[in-house]
Amino acid sequence: MASLKELKLRINSVKSTQKITKAKQMVAAAKLRKAQSAAEAARPYAGRLAAVMASLASKVQVGEGSPKLLAGTGKDQVHLLVVANSDRGLCGAFNANIVKAAKAKAQELIAEGKTVKFYLVGRKGRAPIRRDFPSAIAGGFDTTTVREAGFAEAEKIANELLAMYEAGQFDVAHLFYSRFRSALAQIPTTQQIIPVPAPTVAVANDGGAVVDYEPDEEAILADLLPRYLRVQLFGALLENMASEQGASMTAMDNATRNAGELIKKLTIQYNRSRQAAITTELVEIIAGAEAL
Amino acid sequence: MLHFELVTPARLVRSEAVWQVVVPGTEGEFGVLEGHAPFMSTVKDGTIKIYRTQGAQPEEIQVQGGFAEVSAKGLTVLAEHVEG
Repeated sequence: MASLKELKLRINSVKSTQKITKAKQMVAAAKLRKAQSAAEAARPYAGRLAAVMASLASKVQVGEGSPKLLAGTGKDQVHLLVVANSDRGLCGAFNANIVKAAKAKAQELIAEGKTVKFYLVGRKGRAPIRRDFPSAIAGGFDTTTVREAGFAEAEKIANELLAMYEAGQFDVAHLFYSRFRSALAQIPTTQQIIPVPAPTVAVANDGGAVVDYEPDEEAILADLLPRYLRVQLFGALLENMASEQGASMTAMDNATRNAGELIKKLTIQYNRSRQAAITTELVEIIAGAEAL
Repeated sequence: MLHFELVTPARLVRSEAVWQVVVPGTEGEFGVLEGHAPFMSTVKDGTIKIYRTQGAQPEEIQVQGGFAEVSAKGLTVLAEHVEG
């Protein structure tokens, strides 16, 4: 049985841990709201671009002369896995889930005899992936220098990926991130980003009006493809941020509750041993008085 | 009136009814009034001029990496960067 003093110290230590988790939970809740509104603000652009891409893609035949971003390199050998993680911990299994999905995909591709490379965004994915695939990391992007990743970061990542693609360093790129469903549910998601899959948005019928293109459809499509990639990355970063905060909120809520339970248990134990000590003392006094 | 929207990846910059918008298309500037035929064009980096009413001083917005779409609903300009 721990002494009274030890118990007291233990209770205090759990209490201060609870304070931290509680504070982190509140911060996450506030940041989640911000991340959600950022994700919402990005929706019009992404939606419209996807609609335009869909209507263009339905008009353009994919063939020899198509842009490489749409048609692919003609090979399927080297796969680049772009893994987007967060920079901070204290968010439950958020990063672990994304890394797990990426590793599973990597094993699957390796089993098929493909070459796998990684491109890592964010700090928390580096260590676990480096441990399992030490030589496969082709690059990475550091987001620790900015408060929150925005379109500028997405643009830099996209440009770097495009340069690698142009240099023939990979044939297919997959993006791993966590889609935000709710504060309780974040879904690790895999998405092929290069070659760009044709968007599957229902093409809005413009009343049969003939649309003029300037320059022609193919030129516009070639121009829009890199932008589409940037928007996809930007969307993924935003989803990731919202997911991180959601996961953090849930994890910290659990931690706070667990700490509360622990404190309750320890307090009961503390009181019990205190009473036992008092009883023993009383018994000793009474026994002493009777002996006189 | 023409319904004009200017959208960047981060937010919806403008959504309003205006008289005319002049857009610097890749193959030349073009002005869009109400009832323009459906039209799509890439936009070169430059200045969009927004005329709220006929004869008014245009409001100028710098855009980069733009794309313009004219449909029955109005004019939508998608731009990666906007200033002004």
